[in-house]
Amino acid sequence: MLYAILCYHDEDFVGSWTKEQDGAVMERLAIVQEQLAKQGRLGPVARLLPTTSAATLRKDDPPIVLDGPYAETKEQLLGFYIVDCKNLDEAVDVARDLGVANPGRAYEIRPVGLFQPGAALK
Amino acid sequence: MTDTAWIDAALTSARPQAIGALLRYFRDLDTAEEAFQNACLRALKSWPQNGPPRDPAAWLILVGRNVAIDEVRRNRKQAPLPDDEAISDLDDAEQALAERLDGSHYRDDILRLLFICCHRDLPATQQIALALRVVSGLSVKQIARAFLVSEAAMEQRITRAKARVADANVPFETPGAVERAERLSAVAAMIYLIFNEGYSASGDTAEIRSPLCEEAIRLARLLLRLFQSEPEIMGLAALLLLQHARAAARFDADGMLVLLDDQDRSLWNQPMIAEGIALIDKAMRHRRSGPYQIQAAIAALHARAAKPEDTDWTQIDLLYGALEIVQPSPVVTLNRAVAASKVRGPQAGLEMIEPLAPRLSNYFHYFGVRGAFLMQLGRNAEARVAFDRAIALANTSAEAAHIRMHLDRLMRDSAPCEAKVAK
Repeated sequence: MLYAILCYHDEDFVGSWTKEQDGAVMERLAIVQEQLAKQGRLGPVARLLPTTSAATLRKDDPPIVLDGPYAETKEQLLGFYIVDCKNLDEAVDVARDLGVANPGRAYEIRPVGLFQPGAALK
Repeated sequence: MTDTAWIDAALTSARPQAIGALLRYFRDLDTAEEAFQNACLRALKSWPQNGPPRDPAAWLILVGRNVAIDEVRRNRKQAPLPDDEAISDLDDAEQALAERLDGSHYRDDILRLLFICCHRDLPATQQIALALRVVSGLSVKQIARAFLVSEAAMEQRITRAKARVADANVPFETPGAVERAERLSAVAAMIYLIFNEGYSASGDTAEIRSPLCEEAIRLARLLLRLFQSEPEIMGLAALLLLQHARAAARFDADGMLVLLDDQDRSLWNQPMIAEGIALIDKAMRHRRSGPYQIQAAIAALHARAAKPEDTDWTQIDLLYGALEIVQPSPVVTLNRAVAASKVRGPQAGLEMIEPLAPRLSNYFHYFGVRGAFLMQLGRNAEARVAFDRAIALANTSAEAAHIRMHLDRLMRDSAPCEAKVAK
């Protein structure tokens, strides 16, 4: 079963990390990711640019484009992983490992219904 | 990495909102800052044990307010002090406060805090120093280092600025739309100044001063999060990101300035460029152009070119033309002339800058550009005069050294016969 692990964190806080702090987190995450990749369980990984760069298309009639992310919340969706796991327990374990590497606010774990890997984008 | 480093980051990120709210509450900058300091001290004691609160800013506001009020009471010897226990057990109160903060207040709180730093009577350097101290929370020592002055001098500068601000009578009512727009544009200008202070560094000081650029970007992002649909604030953030993306390529190993055309583009920071382009893209959809957006659009065209010769100079020339209309200045025309010369040749550029001479007679870049045009036209003697004048006007050793490179090239070119024969 494929699981999406969605990363939520306080963007102001992440934005206040020093370069060293940010680098250290990315390094520790890379170790966890490498293990998953070796086992052939790691799909696409994305770190999203700040929500200030986001725009939202509200599917009203007619649809309108609004500046900013869809939800104005204390924590924002800052990135995601697609991981292959046997069951929820295993997915929670992966999230836990990621959580040790990156002391973020929360990971939402969602089973994937339809997955199309698409082209190998650069 | 220690726990304190993370707590520091949390305190830094909560600072503008917390001090902004405390300022609204106490209506006095010193009191607000002190209350925040006290709250931070409690946080350093409580957070490692109890874990950080879900909403650090709300926690700090509440604790800061309580501590300050207790202080007043203690001075009056009326009420006993609450113990730390009571203070760390804030969850319910914090939740309620957080909900109220999510309302409209915090936006104007932060804007007000930034706005009092750019008071009209304060010279630019004091505005910047005050904002870095009060809003960003940099220490006097850090700011002094970035400005290359002594700590004592910076301390004095900030104290003086604070005294000015204290007399300024900033209104604390929620601002109306016009007032808010005015504040926003003053604050944007101040953030741009902070950036320039770091960006105009020379090679030997670039590293010391680059935190100013990073802080300006952080403030621009903060402002944009508060005012998500303001195209000019998108433009400002985009401009700063796109300029700063080139930081690693702007100086060579000897600290010499490297011009755009000669920069190693593989050193440009691609995520910053991507963010900058995304922002300017979004801003343009609003069709409410302004100086920051135009400048960011120009920077984006440079960023998009994988090689210097891919640069869309025609578009850049047009954009400078638009900038001349919204923000006429001889410096803008000078920049436009550079773009024009790439499209229509050095003669066109030279004709464009000739009328600027009286107004830019003491401007380093004017003579640098003039010299370059003349050199391209083969008018070497005149070029040399312009370059000499530029060196005399150079602000940094890097600028002077760069012009000297042109002069050396002229010298080489004017010993032509051997060179031609050798070929």
